[in-house]
Amino acid sequence: MQQLKGAIAAIARHPSGRIGAAIILIFLILAGLGAAGITPHNPLKQYVVDRLKPPSATYWFGTDLLGRDTFSRLMLGIGESFLIAFASVGIAATAGTLIGLFAAWWGHLWDGILMRIMDVLLAFPAILLALLIVAIQGPGVVTSITAIGIVYTPIFARVVRAPALALKAREFVEAAHTFGSSQRYILTRHLLLNLIAPLTVTITLALAWSLLTESGLSFLGLGSQPPAPSLGVMLAESKSMMTRAPWLMIFPGLTIMLAILGFNLFGDALRDILDPRTQGRES
Amino acid sequence: MSPLLSVRDLKVGFGRDPRANEVVKGVSFDLDAGKTLAIVGESGSGKSVTALSINRLVDFGGGRITGGSIMLNRPDGPVDITAADEPALQRIRGREIGMIFQEPMTSLNPVHTVGAQIEEAFRLSKGLEGRAATLAAKEALERVRIPDAAQRLGYYPHQMSGGMRQRVMIAMVIAANPRLLIADEPTTALDVTVQAQIMALLAELRAETGMSMIFITHDIGLVAGIADDIMVMQNGVAVEQGPIDAVLDAPQHDYTRHLLNAVPHFSGGKSVRSDGTRAAAAEPLVKVDNLVIRFPAARGLFRRSAGAVHAVDGVDFDLMPGETLAIVGESGSGKSTTARAILGLVRATRGRINTAKGRRARPVQMVFQDPFGSLNPRLNVASLLAEPAIAAGQRVDARLRERMLFLLRRVGLSEDALTRYPHQFSGGQRQRLCIARALMLNPDVVVLDEAVSALDVSVQARVLDLLVDLQHEFGLAYLFISHDMAVVERIAHRIAVMYAGQLVEIGDAKSVLSAPQHSYTQRLIGAVPAIDRRRQTFKVDTTTVPSLVRPRGYEPPPARWRDAGADHRVRLED
Repeated sequence: MQQLKGAIAAIARHPSGRIGAAIILIFLILAGLGAAGITPHNPLKQYVVDRLKPPSATYWFGTDLLGRDTFSRLMLGIGESFLIAFASVGIAATAGTLIGLFAAWWGHLWDGILMRIMDVLLAFPAILLALLIVAIQGPGVVTSITAIGIVYTPIFARVVRAPALALKAREFVEAAHTFGSSQRYILTRHLLLNLIAPLTVTITLALAWSLLTESGLSFLGLGSQPPAPSLGVMLAESKSMMTRAPWLMIFPGLTIMLAILGFNLFGDALRDILDPRTQGRES
Repeated sequence: MSPLLSVRDLKVGFGRDPRANEVVKGVSFDLDAGKTLAIVGESGSGKSVTALSINRLVDFGGGRITGGSIMLNRPDGPVDITAADEPALQRIRGREIGMIFQEPMTSLNPVHTVGAQIEEAFRLSKGLEGRAATLAAKEALERVRIPDAAQRLGYYPHQMSGGMRQRVMIAMVIAANPRLLIADEPTTALDVTVQAQIMALLAELRAETGMSMIFITHDIGLVAGIADDIMVMQNGVAVEQGPIDAVLDAPQHDYTRHLLNAVPHFSGGKSVRSDGTRAAAAEPLVKVDNLVIRFPAARGLFRRSAGAVHAVDGVDFDLMPGETLAIVGESGSGKSTTARAILGLVRATRGRINTAKGRRARPVQMVFQDPFGSLNPRLNVASLLAEPAIAAGQRVDARLRERMLFLLRRVGLSEDALTRYPHQFSGGQRQRLCIARALMLNPDVVVLDEAVSALDVSVQARVLDLLVDLQHEFGLAYLFISHDMAVVERIAHRIAVMYAGQLVEIGDAKSVLSAPQHSYTQRLIGAVPAIDRRRQTFKVDTTTVPSLVRPRGYEPPPARWRDAGADHRVRLED
């Protein structure tokens, strides 16, 4: 509890941490309200008389070709995109951490095999690999989550493996061997516990990347399927009316940009705060 | 004649408010041409900061000179270094004031040959180019007594040993013929015999060039042979300064007396422990029999096995209950590898290690050298102490907690330590924690691998006292691995000397230290700095350790031993 309070205070003190956290928080609130059904208008209802209205007091971000309220749809879209981002990063972080940890721990042959597989995955551009997986599995939310999860697994494996190798050679791990500590105890208490800092930072940054990948997939029609409003889907729908109704493109675009900026700023702040070289400098 | 360097009331601070965070609080001294001043103190005493202020390198470390003056007497008149601007300082650094540091590997550029780096020093200081610079570099290497100088010019720093690298650093520094050489713990990272070589070299160079020296060290014994004046620092203040004989023979300040008396100093076997005689009838707790440890040395594209590193080659000894056996030797002698093999951290290639397995599952525990590295920084003390017990299948309950509190009190830590984390303790306290952790399972034997080497000298003394107390109280046997003869003298009952993977001499501590028989033991003991050996000058000697890499299938000739006393055996030399 004390540590959590300290962490929040440290983020609030950090300038970019403050901004990043505020952006993410606002988006989370909007997404939560959207999911609870509290939106200015029904996001799926078509107000046929109000087609392609520019932003106004009634329709804050305007309406689309079918007369649907852009702001309400954005609230739902943020929720959908965040859900996919969080779920896929969850998969990637779990799988990548396990792979990196075991590659470092077993070493030699296993290290070679596991990390070469990761290298192969890493060699593909993220969106291309995701496309490939979606092409095999067929589009949909679950496929998006798995595809993006697989795409970002190697990054976590790499982030975990290097410090895990260093930790494995530390004297406290050797000391644990002299006590006869179990492998599980050493892996969880001595290795994983010391990996929390780099993992937290990578998770935050990976959220930004996966959000972008998800938007890309949806834009190409391979992620969330219409009429479910997702940020990428909304962008795709807007492109034929770019000149007539620019707000349809501007607001989802800005949302994606701001969300990524928020995660990146937050991640940078976490990196500064958790870096042992900066720890204790202020205290 | 005015002194070469005159420092008056020097104050140096760090941080945003240097005046509030002063590390050096008003230090004054004079240094005449051709003289040597030793600055002695423990970590945090301000000795290095004082020295770094003299060439204003302290500016780059975030320090600020907040008061006082540093007058350097140059041929064209005195300069106040505290007021000099950066271009003037650049002319002074190197040309007037040279500096050598503790770690020669980090001071040399790893991607250039040492020849290129020495030539660079000559180009900057004397404007030499091309062949003239190469020739000068070769002469400089010869001056620092590096054999085959012409060939070594093409070496990269990593191809040389620590002592060689420190010589190269010295060659670079004296290239400019500085009138003042600042040496900041130049031998701390080196082995004792190499340290003696470097000290001898510095003394000879000083006699040849007539330069002055400021020698910074934590080891008051080391400077006894080289310094003219000494300044003892504590918490940023010079508590005592004066001619070396006056300070060493009649110390005035309590701290100087403490450094001279409480801290381990080598005295040639006069202060060995008198408690405990070897019970010959008892069953040894650890019996090492013809231990051989080899690591394959593979090279080339296909990692063909080209031979093996003979890290430990036929070592045998016994450890009896309640006694301390010290294994001494320099880096690469195989002493740590032997200890690790006893703990099962390294697999023996051949030979037997028998540990008395009767009462306990883990009769041997270990304390490591680095108290910062051997405690997981993310676990609190309760979790750290519980680990051996959990590993042995015990429950974390009130009884275990009781044992933790008992051991914490016993090693001199307060009970509220349980909820704290390692970074909240000092180095000495952490090592006490490691000792408590090693005692959790009530072992028979504790292996102490350089357990006090990373600690400040006065902390060292207290931890050694604690170890002796614990040994009596719990009837422990210690296997004490160390390179430091002064520490070994204080704690060992018996001493085993290792050299290049082999045991060369073993026996009663007093006998080995006072009458060493093997030529290596004699060289090792002769190299240990001591206050009693003030007048002794070391001979420059460039003996190097033989390579441990042997061709495949090589077997060393069997060892032949002779007795040199009741409990004292020496390996015969060929």
